[in-house]
Amino acid sequence: MHFTINGQSHEVEPDIRTSLLDLLREHVGLTGSKKGCDHGQCGACTVLINGRRVNSCLTLAVMHQDDDITTIEGLGTPDNLSPMQAAFVKHDGYQCGYCTPGQICSAMGMLDEVKKGWGSHVSKDLTNPELTDEEISERMSGNICRCSAYPNIVDAIREVAGADA
Amino acid sequence: MADYKMDADHPGTAMARGVQGVLGKGLDRIEGALKVSGTATYGYEHQIDNVAYGFLITAPAAKGKVTGFDTEAARALPGVLDIIVDDPRIPRQAAAFGPAHAGNDEIDHYDQVMGVAIATSFEAARAAAKAVIVHIDAADGRFDTMADVAHASGPPKDSRLQDVAKGDIEQAMAEAAASIDQVYTTPNQVHAAMEPHASIAAWEDGTLTLWSSLQILKVARQVLAKAVGVESAQVRILSPYVGGGFGGKMLGPDAVLAAIAAQKLGRPVKIAMARQQLFHNVYRRTDTHQRLRLAADKDGRMTAIGHDSVVSQGPDGGFMEPVALGSISLYAAPVRHFTHKVVTLDMVMAGAVRAPGEAVGMLALESAIDELAEQCGRDPIDFRKLNEPEVDPMTGAPFSTRALVECLDWGAQQFGWARRASTPASVREGEWLIGMGVAAAVRINLMMDSEARVTLSPDGRARIETDMTDIGTGSYTILAQIAGEALGLPLDCVDVVLGDTDLPPAAGSGGSFGAASAGSSVALACEDIVATLAERMDATPEQMTLKDGHAIAGNRRVPLAELVGAAPLVGNGKIAQGSNAKTYSQAAHGAQFAEVAVNAITGEVRMRRMLGVFEAGRILNAKTARSQAIGGMIWGIGYALMEDAVLDQRTGQFVNHDLAEYHVPAHADVPHLDVHFIEHVDEHANPIGVKGLGELSISGAGAAVTNAIYNACGVRVRDFPMTLDKILAGLPPL
Ligand code: FES
Ligand code: FES
Repeated sequence: MHFTINGQSHEVEPDIRTSLLDLLREHVGLTGSKKGCDHGQCGACTVLINGRRVNSCLTLAVMHQDDDITTIEGLGTPDNLSPMQAAFVKHDGYQCGYCTPGQICSAMGMLDEVKKGWGSHVSKDLTNPELTDEEISERMSGNICRCSAYPNIVDAIREVAGADA
Repeated sequence: MADYKMDADHPGTAMARGVQGVLGKGLDRIEGALKVSGTATYGYEHQIDNVAYGFLITAPAAKGKVTGFDTEAARALPGVLDIIVDDPRIPRQAAAFGPAHAGNDEIDHYDQVMGVAIATSFEAARAAAKAVIVHIDAADGRFDTMADVAHASGPPKDSRLQDVAKGDIEQAMAEAAASIDQVYTTPNQVHAAMEPHASIAAWEDGTLTLWSSLQILKVARQVLAKAVGVESAQVRILSPYVGGGFGGKMLGPDAVLAAIAAQKLGRPVKIAMARQQLFHNVYRRTDTHQRLRLAADKDGRMTAIGHDSVVSQGPDGGFMEPVALGSISLYAAPVRHFTHKVVTLDMVMAGAVRAPGEAVGMLALESAIDELAEQCGRDPIDFRKLNEPEVDPMTGAPFSTRALVECLDWGAQQFGWARRASTPASVREGEWLIGMGVAAAVRINLMMDSEARVTLSPDGRARIETDMTDIGTGSYTILAQIAGEALGLPLDCVDVVLGDTDLPPAAGSGGSFGAASAGSSVALACEDIVATLAERMDATPEQMTLKDGHAIAGNRRVPLAELVGAAPLVGNGKIAQGSNAKTYSQAAHGAQFAEVAVNAITGEVRMRRMLGVFEAGRILNAKTARSQAIGGMIWGIGYALMEDAVLDQRTGQFVNHDLAEYHVPAHADVPHLDVHFIEHVDEHANPIGVKGLGELSISGAGAAVTNAIYNACGVRVRDFPMTLDKILAGLPPL
């Protein structure tokens, strides 16, 4: 099968039972995406598939022929962090760091959803949501952080979104 | 070797005299770029050639005898290498300070580890583990703590807390002008670190290397060696990054079984526990049943404190949750009564979860204090100040530092406490009832033996080496700051290597003793180096200033690289606890404030804001310290409002054994949080003057929330967590 991962072509023949997360971690050697629950309950495995955020543990690799997959490694490197990654460092939006790649990928996908005008449970205007702190928290609630860096994560996302706007 | 035992205050470190200006600053974590780019390597992620995959086999019963295993179907599956169910070393669950009970002939808790399936892929190993049939002669188990209280035992001999009965509490209660006699209960709780327990084991020439996710490596090394049947010297453990610990990562069954399997197969094996398996095979925090008896005279001075608890433990005994730990020395009162009863259940062991004792004990104590203050007609802050002891009310020892009153006063001012309406359910905004609550925070202060090596190289760079771990606490960064301040180096000239048992043995991460212990060892190691540098400058260490990679003394300013010369300077530091631990009563304190909104119709609770004011000695890094503090406060929100591992009384399993059903706070549950530190360097505690922080911040946090709920709507729930169904029944009429 063929996947585009972080802009690179990969030919892999996964077991039909292999989740996209395990394909990345165990077959492609990209361990940046984390496994916290393997059941779509924690968000640690969040990656972007064709630009949308997805829990990669909850989708089988074989469903992603030719898909364009972006993982945390594709967003930036230690020497060349993306603005969101740098904002997480600056605002200490993590502690142990295990939920962090998922939080960052999720934040990227989330900002795009807001830009497209997708409403949420807390949006005052369902077709033209404004990115308040409440809106960020609501939309990021699929990403658990047991270290509980939540307020710092919101600070990081707000800063990047503000710079974007 | 710069050894120091805390039998007296340290005369003064180069770190404390330092002028580099990195200590205490809110600097970014030095490993931050690795974490945010997905390049920090956790236990399961090290790239090891020819590695095989293991998946734990577990038993679907809580009590019984194992009569046999049917492994044929499993062995026949493609990719399966072995099914290991016949090794006497198979651990039944996670270990703490000694190996877990081994042997899979009997079942003593639900989902007990039975063995491991090994295959060439994760998918095949998982399928094989599920295909193993465990034949069980099931028996009835004991799952109800209070039903068995008649058979309870007292505190184990080596428990931190023994029973205390000072004065006659019955009499004090009878004579009190105001009193509270209430039972508070807390449920079973789990660590739920985001990274599951996971290990890779490889043997080479009789030596075992384990990559894992562990908090205290020197202990894990001994326990693993014993469990596998080799000498400690034959075991090396690497744990450079740990995806959360919270007390839970001592040594999982994944580590022991990976070692056993790798030995048997002659190739490396990796095992990660499934999230569901963690709930039943890693020690939990016990449920607690706490009777609080508080008495006060007509002026609001407390005359008695009683905090008597029933907790549970698995069949192997050992650890006891020291529920009254926070109550022991927090308030003055002549009559004091603290007891614990331990009931044996057929459950996974109970063990350490973030702030054993205070995390749950302070939920109850600080709720009860709120109740008593109200009965006395006193503001809860005034009431606490009125009952502030001058010296430790148990031992009479002076406090090393204690700033509880300062924390309360600062917080009251900042939080706008004066605006709080003292009558419950009197502030309403639309359909929301608004309230404020306060609670005290306390956490005993500990220090453990810890060693470190610091090397100052000819290129002027320093390297710190110790087997200390960083479980999200900021160890990498604060150790660099300590050495940077002591040696006069900016942080980019300091390298920190942690998490490898080949390095000097550290205290590890636990009990909030990490920064004090490992930090002191690094500061001491720097003393050696500074002494040599001073000699070369013809000065005493006190006469010399180290800054920006230069030594300055008299009228000379010499680059460190030049002063070091051809051979690196090596300093070894070792700290040990001493008599100061007895001479002074040592604890960190704080004040927690919360504002909540309770829906007048549904009982739903929304956090509006929180403030934590803490005194934890010297703050080494303002940024990471604040993060630890907000983390603990948010755990407090979880304990107050949602965390509850629900035990099925028929089967002995936690029905909500995953992250969808065991609710921990998520983004939307968390409001704006403020943290403030009142910094008093605690010279009696350790050479660097710090106190533990990671657990202090959970202490009392939940009680501030529930006291705020009471203030908002007049409902007092004593059965934690305070879910909306429990609040609904007591809501005032609309
Ligand atoms: S690992 Fe995918 S959501 Fe938890
Ligand atoms: S940083 Fe540890 S779980 Fe989020």
